[in-house]
Amino acid sequence: MARKLPPKDVVIVGLGWTGAILAHELTEAGLDVVAIERGPWRDTATDFNIGYAPDELRYSVRRDLFLQPAQETLTMRNTSSQTALPMRDFGSFLPGTGVGGAGTHWNGHTWRFFPSDFNLKSHLTERYGAARIANLTIEDWGLSYDELESSYDRFEYLAGISGKAGNIQGKLQDGGNPFEGVRQREYPLPAMQMSYAPTLFAEGARSIGFHPFPTPSANLSKAYVNPLGIAMGQCTACGFCERFGCANYSKASAHTTILPVLMRKPNFEARCSSEVLHVNLDATRKMAKSVTYVDASGEEWEQPADLVLLCAYGLHNARLMMLSGIGKVYDPSTGEGTVGRNYCYQTNAGVQLFFDDKNFNPFIASGALGQTVDDFNGDAFDHGSVDFVGGAGINCIPTNGRPIGYRPVPPGTPRWGSAWKKATAENYLSVLGFSSQGSSYATRGNYLDLDPTYTDRFGRPLMRMTFDFPDNDIRMSHWVSDRMEEIGKALKPRQMVSSRRQKSWNSVPYQSTHNTGGAIMGTDPKKSAVNRYLQSWDVPNVFVIGASAFPQNAGKNPTGTVGALAFWAADAIRDKYLRNPGALVSA
Amino acid sequence: MRLSFAFAAATALIASFGANAAENQFDQLERGRYMAVLGDCAGCHTLPGGAPFAGGVALQTPFGKLVAPNITPDPETGIGNWSAEDFRRMMKTGIGHNGIRLYPAMPYPAYSRMSDGDIGDLWVYLNALQPVKNAVVANQLPFPFNIRLSLIGWNWLNFTPADFTPNPQKSAEWNRGAYIVEGPGHCGVCHSPKTWSGADKTNVALAGEVLQGWMAPKITSAPRDGLGQWSLDDITGYLKTGTNRFDIASGPMAEVVSNSTSKMTDADLRAVAVYLKDLPGETQTRSAIAADSAAMRTGAAIYADNCSACHGGNGEGTPKLFPRLAGNALTQQADATSLIRVVLAGSQAGATHAAPTAPAMPSLAWRLNDAQVADVLTYVRNTWGNAATAVPAEDVAKLRRQLQSGN
Repeated sequence: MARKLPPKDVVIVGLGWTGAILAHELTEAGLDVVAIERGPWRDTATDFNIGYAPDELRYSVRRDLFLQPAQETLTMRNTSSQTALPMRDFGSFLPGTGVGGAGTHWNGHTWRFFPSDFNLKSHLTERYGAARIANLTIEDWGLSYDELESSYDRFEYLAGISGKAGNIQGKLQDGGNPFEGVRQREYPLPAMQMSYAPTLFAEGARSIGFHPFPTPSANLSKAYVNPLGIAMGQCTACGFCERFGCANYSKASAHTTILPVLMRKPNFEARCSSEVLHVNLDATRKMAKSVTYVDASGEEWEQPADLVLLCAYGLHNARLMMLSGIGKVYDPSTGEGTVGRNYCYQTNAGVQLFFDDKNFNPFIASGALGQTVDDFNGDAFDHGSVDFVGGAGINCIPTNGRPIGYRPVPPGTPRWGSAWKKATAENYLSVLGFSSQGSSYATRGNYLDLDPTYTDRFGRPLMRMTFDFPDNDIRMSHWVSDRMEEIGKALKPRQMVSSRRQKSWNSVPYQSTHNTGGAIMGTDPKKSAVNRYLQSWDVPNVFVIGASAFPQNAGKNPTGTVGALAFWAADAIRDKYLRNPGALVSA
Repeated sequence: MRLSFAFAAATALIASFGANAAENQFDQLERGRYMAVLGDCAGCHTLPGGAPFAGGVALQTPFGKLVAPNITPDPETGIGNWSAEDFRRMMKTGIGHNGIRLYPAMPYPAYSRMSDGDIGDLWVYLNALQPVKNAVVANQLPFPFNIRLSLIGWNWLNFTPADFTPNPQKSAEWNRGAYIVEGPGHCGVCHSPKTWSGADKTNVALAGEVLQGWMAPKITSAPRDGLGQWSLDDITGYLKTGTNRFDIASGPMAEVVSNSTSKMTDADLRAVAVYLKDLPGETQTRSAIAADSAAMRTGAAIYADNCSACHGGNGEGTPKLFPRLAGNALTQQADATSLIRVVLAGSQAGATHAAPTAPAMPSLAWRLNDAQVADVLTYVRNTWGNAATAVPAEDVAKLRRQLQSGN
């Protein structure tokens, strides 16, 4: 039996990017906030020691910072006609755990989605006709880019994003992304100093008429003091970002941008190594009254609160809603229900160029140090003559040259032995890779629900993921691969290897941790789990914040938009909900 | 109930210290609270996370362990049975309630400079605190130092009670600074070299001293290893926020900044800075150790691999985050104990409201041996315009043993 604790104003589930932003904003508003985090406490000073932070075996191969499947996993299948089986090892994606969440081990690509990404359904219908998207269940967000612009700005300034604006107040800027939405001001820091590979990639792309620009980066180009007064250092391009915590205070995460201030506040408390089992609703099922969690010693506690904010990883937000009976679970056979709907992923492909006469020094790298071509992303180009919607950013961002994982060799090379070693030595310095990060658009048959068979260590049903790449997205990816090969040819390599996206989705090789949807925002309570303020349509004192809210995924990394949504939701809670608790949008 | 007691105490004080009878009690409490800030009473008498002023912080002295007592007004375990006069006499002479002699870890040689009015304000404040029952065994010294009678001799040798005497040649600001530094601020307790018996060497006041495994640096105006390069704003900024363009407070000074100086008024900080900048510091020149010596060459390589990512290729550091090593007085102290310590054990900077980052230097004891630590520090102390003595590997070995044994 759970022991009941004194009530709090706000309980936050998960202390990553969104939890930390919400906690900071709401404690500033004077509320008494507790965050419950299932993983351990981590901070830069004690956990990301410069002496051992670049331990590739510990962090990258053995995945020290990640969620372990024994703690929580999910079952997967490609179609609803199959029987889903548990993922006993995370492969395709790697959810984080612990304070900082997946925002600890990210690379730092920090994007704004295009304005047309936010009203995607109406925009595409208007431009190409409804028939073009008949097989997709894409939706509008119920929130426009212009409404979110100031929240994007706040996240970028919080995190010290380094980049070059492409469009300030409607004026195109040389060197920036000409396709981006209007921003009110420049990035807080200039773009990072480019290494050779992205420089060469950009030359090639430009030579055939594309528009490369520096990838907006949460690896800092310069020392920075953020609006909370927290100091960050200049990135040293050590090449240990993805899968690692940053030991140099130079990659933005909750640790380096918020927690030093948040943890000093008397009206904030973090309880770590404590896993929330479910949200408890009152008898009407329209109000959340508390959450139940288990601490590290196995003790069960009930934490009452006036407001419950689900700020866990997107997949876990959706599962907690299902386990708590918040909203109706989506059923693809009827098309009814909202929670679990519109699960989307990312549709990626890659190209490797092998050179004889180049030295890229790949170990001089950082998670988001590179160049992007956005000419073929989203609806930046006319889809009138093609057979798909959506697109991909083409990114040359050589994130690392780490000794275990980075071993580019031409196809046909043996996987081990002296021939492999020789090929490694010959190619290590002289391979240029780039990739497309493609949109993932929702379909009726891609969704999340609860598994009927498998349970976790607490006896709760695992979440079941049913997903395969939609044909639309595969066609999109191939078309963008054609564009990548054009860039590759322009650079005249000895050999070009193009790895195209093929069906079916396979959960084993790493692809992307950009899982989106499952608790999507929107204007229609029949088709979305939360309203435009990330507030549950069904239980208005529950807000669900994260990539779970994306109705579909764009061809961009989600964190910038996730951070912006956190500020957007915090404003709605502070300025609207606290004044008049209840549904902020009438259903 | 507490308030009425405090009021009674305040009334009593007005009689004993002859304060203005119309004085507002709140004003006196506030002044007393500020005196506790100036004196950093919490630094010793409040256990981190513990009840304020309920005691329990252990002080490692060269003679053994002393634990700061409970100074809340609890009658049994605190100072509830003391009179205002008991308190005043203790602050002035080191002789407490019932004639018990205090060890000079309680810095009464400095506090004796305090005015009766300030001591009276502090007394009122302490009496307004929540009484906490917490029995503390203050004297945990080994024989013979645990015999308090020996303190008569110590006092005879080292201590003459004396009020603060203003210097009429100097400004009011300078005198205020001198009063804080020599009196309630008791800066010399850490920063002044000590005699064999642990007393301040008055002729070299504030010239730096090693205690508790840290080097409290020279804070006179000496150009190389004192505050000569620091402007008044550098000093006040450091004391207010814990950081300035050179340095970030860490170790015991981080606690002082957090508990005391960050809460001082801007005027008082400036007064302290004016006074410190006026303290004479020797101007002897020293030349750096040649860059091509073996230790310097090895040190340069170790620095590039282990230090430069944060402290910069040229020791330039990052403001508010990574201390600047080039031209930094702390790196050029005669004694390198603090430098050795942070390399071996690591250190986390203090956090203040103005500078909340609290960055940390990680421990490198497990990857650098004694000779490597010595060489890299010799390099840091003698590059980018720095000049200081070489660090012997034996000093590193000694501190490593101390840190490992917990002393």
